[in-house]
Amino acid sequence: MAWIDACSTNDIDAEDVIRFDHGGRTFAIYRNHEDGYFCTDGLCTHEDIHLADGLVMENTIECPKHSSIFDFTTGEVETPPACNNLHCYKTKVEGGRVLVDI
Amino acid sequence: MMSGVVIIGAGECGVRAAFALREHGYKGELTLIGAEAALPYERPPLSKAGEIRLIRTAEAYSDNQIALRLGKVVTNIDFGSRLVFLSGGEALAYDHLLFTTGARARLFSGVEGCLTLRTDLDAQVILSRLSPGAKIGIIGGGFIGLELAALARKAGAEVTVIEAGPRLLGRAVPPQIARVLQERHSLEGVSLMLDTGVVGASANQIVLADGTLLEFDAVIAGVGSLPETALAEAAGLAVRNGIAVDGDFRTSAPQVFAAGDCCNFDWRGQQVRLESWKAAQDQGEHVALSILGRSVPYNKVPWFWSDQYDLSLQVAGIFDLGAPIHSRATGDGTTVVFQCDAQQNLVAAAGIGPGNATSKDIRIFEKLIERQTIVDAGRLADPSQNLKRLLAAT
Repeated sequence: MAWIDACSTNDIDAEDVIRFDHGGRTFAIYRNHEDGYFCTDGLCTHEDIHLADGLVMENTIECPKHSSIFDFTTGEVETPPACNNLHCYKTKVEGGRVLVDI
Repeated sequence: MMSGVVIIGAGECGVRAAFALREHGYKGELTLIGAEAALPYERPPLSKAGEIRLIRTAEAYSDNQIALRLGKVVTNIDFGSRLVFLSGGEALAYDHLLFTTGARARLFSGVEGCLTLRTDLDAQVILSRLSPGAKIGIIGGGFIGLELAALARKAGAEVTVIEAGPRLLGRAVPPQIARVLQERHSLEGVSLMLDTGVVGASANQIVLADGTLLEFDAVIAGVGSLPETALAEAAGLAVRNGIAVDGDFRTSAPQVFAAGDCCNFDWRGQQVRLESWKAAQDQGEHVALSILGRSVPYNKVPWFWSDQYDLSLQVAGIFDLGAPIHSRATGDGTTVVFQCDAQQNLVAAAGIGPGNATSKDIRIFEKLIERQTIVDAGRLADPSQNLKRLLAAT
């Protein structure tokens, strides 16, 4: 694990998500409704769909394909069809940059 | 004899209801009866990717004390003594009974000999026929027919789709969306025959209304589905294009519920029977609460999707295809349309594009429809208007 500079805080709109690829892996970085930044694995646990195409509502991300909903602050499934939780990664904001511990 | 909840039908809706009962604290006996031998699996991939995906693992059922009775057919039900009889004579007692019997492929008279798609076994047979150069005839330009056409082209087969109506997907989606799919299928080399009636078909032939005889290596019909209601009817439940249910998904018999493709319910003033994966899940979850005596209004918006080639289509709400439909000029190669009723309530929206390009927009439209939002159609049509902000303002 190492802290990686992923993006600027302004690269993500409020209540939105972007895709971040690093080291052959893909992640989703979220900004919630209160300007908190969070990071999870980038693919839905149901099928390999990029969550960054999905809709963020407060602390949840809805998979763009089959509507599984996860709480991206904990990774927990809120609504199936997904059965498995998302893995979460630590984040911190320094000097207007979002760093993720991946 | 132990009793509890007995669920007839181990598809998406029955499985969802069973797990939702446990998630909401139900501690009694729980039995899920399925006519098919396989562990419950997802049906949508059968016509899209041709693969089998289980809904839940075998361990999930045992961990949640859900007794699976697979490969079992219910022969009859006695509402008076609250007993369900399985083939072989075994009787199961229930406190609450749930029908999630789903639907089956429709076949009209004269085409009984062709292939249809509903189960994993149907999919295996169809996939085995989709080889390079094989001539595949598909009756019906609906979702099943078009998804199979795309799958068959990917496998290198020669594909002809025969549709009785003047355009593809005539009953399901607005013409703006159907046009995108029609152009794409033509570009991919599918031979589309529109306005063409079929009077007969067998395993290798299709006879058109004008008498023309077409020869194929395999003939598949995708001409709609019929609700599985025979058991419910025989047991005496009210059936009107599906098992009639109220807002809590209760049937006409006490302690007996129905949900998913097999039921017919009122959605905002119109009687509907939905044939969609999402509705099956939403209703399975909802009926579990009803069984537990927690009645809440059902306000889930009908929603479905289709994948063909790299295009993905999503539809939220129910379009009135005879009324005006607005376009949102996305300008990025995607197509997004929506419809408002006379009171300017947003009632339906659809989008198509590569991958998941329109799904965020459609999800926001879905939420606006759920909230019965009064909208300014001109603003929604304007792509410079941020949909997320419109949603936040409601």
